[in-house]
This record gives sequence, structure tokens and C-alpha cells, in this order.
Amino acid sequence: MVNELKEGWDVNQMAQKVALDIPDGSYVNLGIGIPEKVAAFVPEGREFIYHTENGLLGMGPVPAKGQEDPELINAGKKAVTAIPGACYFHHADSFTMIRGKHIDVCVLGALQVAENGDLANWSTGEPGAIPAVGGAMDLVAGVKTIYVITKHITKTGEAKIVKNCSYPLTGKAVVNRIYTDLAILDVTEKGLKVIELAPGLSFEYLQSVTEAHIFQ
Amino acid sequence: MINKIVTNVEEALQDIFDGATIMISGFGEAGSPIELIHALIDQGAKDLTIVSNNTGSGEVGLAALIAHKRVKKMICSFPRTANSTVFPELYKKGEIELELVPQGTLAERIRAGGAGIPAFFTPTSVGTPLAEGKETRVFDEITYVMENAIKADFALVKALKADRYGNLVYNKTARNFGPIMCTAAKTAIVQAEQIVELGDIDPECVVTPGIFVKRVVKITNPAQESKLVAENRRYPW
Repeated sequence: MVNELKEGWDVNQMAQKVALDIPDGSYVNLGIGIPEKVAAFVPEGREFIYHTENGLLGMGPVPAKGQEDPELINAGKKAVTAIPGACYFHHADSFTMIRGKHIDVCVLGALQVAENGDLANWSTGEPGAIPAVGGAMDLVAGVKTIYVITKHITKTGEAKIVKNCSYPLTGKAVVNRIYTDLAILDVTEKGLKVIELAPGLSFEYLQSVTEAHIFQ
Repeated sequence: MINKIVTNVEEALQDIFDGATIMISGFGEAGSPIELIHALIDQGAKDLTIVSNNTGSGEVGLAALIAHKRVKKMICSFPRTANSTVFPELYKKGEIELELVPQGTLAERIRAGGAGIPAFFTPTSVGTPLAEGKETRVFDEITYVMENAIKADFALVKALKADRYGNLVYNKTARNFGPIMCTAAKTAIVQAEQIVELGDIDPECVVTPGIFVKRVVKITNPAQESKLVAENRRYPW
């Protein structure tokens, strides 16, 4: 559906935009993959505490090579470290933090986001595929602010910002803000409001590569 | 005298029966009681329902138990992980059942099972395929879905330290499902790297109170699943 795509922000710039919007002192859960890049762009003077749902609050950076501990991992099952002041807890406590609305911000990837904030990010619903959901549905149901970071369209040119998700939902009307390579969009009662456009892009161009209705 | 320490894994697993529901701790390899799982393969119980976050990797630990066709049904949140091939192959052939549960709902169903709560309402999964067919209720204008508790006949759990009362301390993110699984199983069986004297664990720092634990077996140097997988090891050796 999409014409040739103009170049917008790269992944690091997108992650930096997200980090700038997270207030000092926030408890933050970063999804696996691109969302993890947000941790590299914490603005000076701000302190975030990272939660990983497998039972650690105060997750630190990746350890030096040779220092990995197979019993100190993140939700992506990669070796991490614990900062001074960190704590461990069991899974029911971890999801009490999530579902009980104690985590301030969650940054997640997406397969599709709809204009009402519906999110699909766990399954393409393909027959025969092995379904796997992990903690995504709990995170979107419980975390106070849900940010999605994603490419604006798929590699094959299909819209990811859509009127209605065609893939199975992760949660209904759960997304607050979408950061793509082309724009930042807020989910509002009136639909998707363009907060910022990547340099050199017009609103008309953005609408042409967005299936959902957007407004300024 | 109370002494929950048993001498070996055979004694620890002696009464596991065909058709049992068994909770197995771990998030990936962290906290997976690999020696107890291998002993369960040797013990021979079959038609098992396994409650565990993942389905194991390579052909050791939980993946080996599944490869030996001992598991009828998996209840888990994320059945495919890196190096996870055994479960996907059997699932595609229709030879194993899967109940997919969001991770937090899985944890809370286990917690509820251990706490004497038969069911609860959660906002997780409302409006998604995983809530289809389930009872919903509205509280303060928000829709919640009802989820049933899970209880088990046995739990196999990995801990760092235990004393003869069964008090436990875990290691870092290997704690994960261990404490709640101990509460939700009739017989919680623990492998611990260290057995310590009563009083050596500060009462303020006990993570699992011994009342939730039936048996403890000492496994001093537990195998590391990812290393075994990297070496292409397969259980039984």
C-alpha cells in the first residue's frame, strides 16, 4: 500500500526520543529488542530504575565478557547485572508490581497498533505457529504508561499503524504513545495526534504511509 | 525430629505417579532443577502435566523429559525459546497439549493455588484470544477475566540454601517461580546447593518458609543447562 519510504529517524534516535519522555525517578520495564536501547539514552540528571519481570528491580547493564552469571538474566534470558540497591523477588511479586500499577513506564515493540490504542505484538495468528505470550499481556494491562517503539511500516511495505489490528491483540486500547522512524503519535480520544514529524517529512506524506487516520 | 533432607534424588522422587501434575521452577535455565528433572526421567512417571514457564532447551532437563514422551500437557507462558526444538516438533505433530497462559496470570494462578483462593479476576488478556470463553466481570467500570488457581501434586524446585526444616534461600533471578510453586504443590521437592544448620539462615532472610517444603536433596554442583546444550549433550548420558 505504501510508496517509497522516506528516511526518518534511526533506531537510536527513536530510543533517545523515548528516553527524553520518561520522567526522573520512573520505574521502567523495557521490552526485549529495540526497547532495550532506551537504557543507553537516559538524559543527564535523571535516574530510572529498570524492572525485569523475571524478578529483578535495579537491572544494570550487560556484564563484561566472562562475568556472565546464568542465574542473573533479564526477561530475554540474556545475562545482565544488578545495580547497588537492586532487589530480587519471585514471580507473583514481580507481576504485582506490573498488574498493580506500580511500574510507571513500559516500552514495547509492536506488530500492529490501532488508532484506538489496541496493540498486537505477540502473534501473527498464523495457523500451526507455536503461540508464546510471555509477560506482554500483563504489562499492557498493568503498567501506567505504555510506549510503543516500532518502524512505521513493515519490511514488505505494509502499514503497522492501522485502523484495526488484524493480528491477535495483546491488549485493547492500551497504548499511550507511538514512536516510529517517521513520527511520534499520541493515542487520543479523537484518534492519533501527530506530536512530532521526522525532519523533512510532511503531514500529508505521513498520512500516505499510515492506514489509521491521523491529525495534527 | 523433623528432617526434610533426603539422601538422594531417587528417594526424593519415589512417589511421583503416572498422570501427576508437576510444577517445575525456572525461567529458561535460571532456577531449573535439572538434576531432579533427570532423576524424574529415570524414575519413569508418565502422562504428566507440567507447569513451567518455558519448555526447556536442547535435549537436557525439561526438554529431555518432553522428548521422552513423559509429558501429556504443558501449561506455560512461553513455549519457544532459543535452542527449544523438542516441544515445537511434538506440538506441530499434535503429540503434546499446550495451555498458553500470560506469565503474570500463570504466576498468580500458582500463588492462588497455594493460598487457598480457587479463582480470581485479572485485567490481563481481556479482549484477546486468551480470554475467549472465560467468565468476565466489571468492577469500577473495568472488565476483568476470571482465572482459576493451579494446584499440583508435586513441585520440583531449585534453591541455593536449605536447612533441615526446609527453609529456603534462592540465588538471584533463579528465584522466579520457586517460592510460589512450593506453596501450590502437595509435595514440594527441592534441590539445594548447600544444606546449612538450623539458624544459619537469618529468619529475616528466609524466602520460602519450611512449612511449604516436603523434601530437600543436596546437589552441590548443579549442571548448567546452556553449557550442556552448547556441548550437544543429551540426557540420559
